[in-house]
Amino acid sequence: MKTENQKAWFFVLPVLILVAFNALIPMMTVVNYSVQETFGNNLFFWEGLTWFEQILRSERFHAALGRQFLFTFLILIIEVPLGIAIALSMPRKGFWVPVCLVLMALPMLIPWNVVGAMWNIFALPDIGLLGYFINHVLGISYDMTQNPFAAWVTIITMDVWHWTSLVVLLAYAGLVSIPDAYYQAAKIDGASNWSVFRYIQLPKMKNVLTIAILLRFMDSFNIYTEPFVLTGGGPGNSTTLLSIDLVKIALGQFDLGPAAAMSLIYFAITLLVSWVFYTVMTKDDLN
Amino acid sequence: MKKRSLVPIIYIIFLMLPIYWLVAMSFKTTNEILAGFSLFPQTFTLDAYRTIFTDPTWYWGYINSILYVSINTVISIAVALPAAYAFSRYRFLGDKHLFFWLLTNRMAPAAVFALPFFQLYSAVGIFDTHLAVALAHCLFNIPLAVWILEGFMGGVPKELDETAYVDGYSFPRFFVSIFIPTIKAGVGVAAFFCFMFSWVELLLAKTLTAVAAKPIAATMTKTASSAGYELGLLAAAGTLTIIPGAIVIYFVRNYIAKGFAMGRV
Repeated sequence: MKTENQKAWFFVLPVLILVAFNALIPMMTVVNYSVQETFGNNLFFWEGLTWFEQILRSERFHAALGRQFLFTFLILIIEVPLGIAIALSMPRKGFWVPVCLVLMALPMLIPWNVVGAMWNIFALPDIGLLGYFINHVLGISYDMTQNPFAAWVTIITMDVWHWTSLVVLLAYAGLVSIPDAYYQAAKIDGASNWSVFRYIQLPKMKNVLTIAILLRFMDSFNIYTEPFVLTGGGPGNSTTLLSIDLVKIALGQFDLGPAAAMSLIYFAITLLVSWVFYTVMTKDDLN
Repeated sequence: MKKRSLVPIIYIIFLMLPIYWLVAMSFKTTNEILAGFSLFPQTFTLDAYRTIFTDPTWYWGYINSILYVSINTVISIAVALPAAYAFSRYRFLGDKHLFFWLLTNRMAPAAVFALPFFQLYSAVGIFDTHLAVALAHCLFNIPLAVWILEGFMGGVPKELDETAYVDGYSFPRFFVSIFIPTIKAGVGVAAFFCFMFSWVELLLAKTLTAVAAKPIAATMTKTASSAGYELGLLAAAGTLTIIPGAIVIYFVRNYIAKGFAMGRV
């Protein structure tokens, strides 16, 4: 049991100060911008909720938000089952376990812009391995700089390449925590592979999968660098996800008010969806 | 070989292909790259690597990155340790809310904070220093470190603390000489994740630096646009950014899977 001790606050204080410095001050700056108009020279005029209305009604924002949800939905629906399948087929012990884990974790440790650049080189139509293979061996016309569909396939494949390992590592951590006795009992009962998965492995993986899905949701929803380096949001606006659009408005056009309002709406959506995910997935634990 | 081991093998081949291509590219001459497709480097050259190791703007990029990543890891772990201890051992006013609030910072899109961070750190006067990037990365690394460490600490029985106090240990001495060694695997995992997320982040690192603390990733993006299209050089620089991660991952290979999962499985 935990003991009640208010002095524990002193232990938390350094963390609180550092994170508050980094989170609250910039957040207040954003809130400040979101309700004002500026023409430079540090002159600010009160605008109220104008920017919020403008953003919520703008088709550009709706389009970017739609693309963002589509992207996040697609990568979740591919990465989670794929990650579980790979974790299930991995060896449980022996020499190959650390080898597999190190090789699988490697993509996650590559700086994000290098991931983008790497996939760019990889997918170039005539000189990249992937681009050459699709165009000249399979004979399918493929150019991610021209064709929106090809661009989408490329960013989805890139994200699957980059982050499926996170799901694998977490699911695997859940799997190795299952005692052998469970499997033996299932064998005696004559359980099929499916029921072993459904009634033993899946419940044991539930907590780690919750973490995996939450992390993948948050990170894919905030993704910026990789698609920006890979496609630059193009062709046209076809792969302009929320963050890319936001940076375009904030740093490209320097429209601080709309950018700030958009940031707050964006952050609120991320929080809301994370909260819904979290509540739905941990519902059973509470009952 | 069993049939099901095919799945991880195919997956690992899929993971290695783009990395192979990057490495192969880094050994080709620019002419060869632009001339057309070749699976292996025809004229093997180390020119790109020579440029990187002799040009200060290049190799300082690496040193800068490693510096701020190290500073960030040290700060994150140092402040997260006592906080995680408090969360795992005590109940106090607002503990659950505080914990959740910390985690929400992990959800903030970096793009949202780029500009305010630039203004904040300029105002404080540490713009373009390693410390600025290290502090900015604390925003998402501290919550993560607290989360992981708390999981590991929860697995240590409370009797350990109580026995130490009965034996006459003061709290600081107990914490440093008994408790931290007990959870050193957790400290390793937390440090690994701090290293990882600070090493791969570019947007904030780029926004908060100009010359003196410019990270390697920013040097790369600048090269990509200004010095023409030197794919070989870019590939070599990219290849070199994989190495620190690979070294770090080797040391924690037995613990990575545990990192997020500990205490919650």
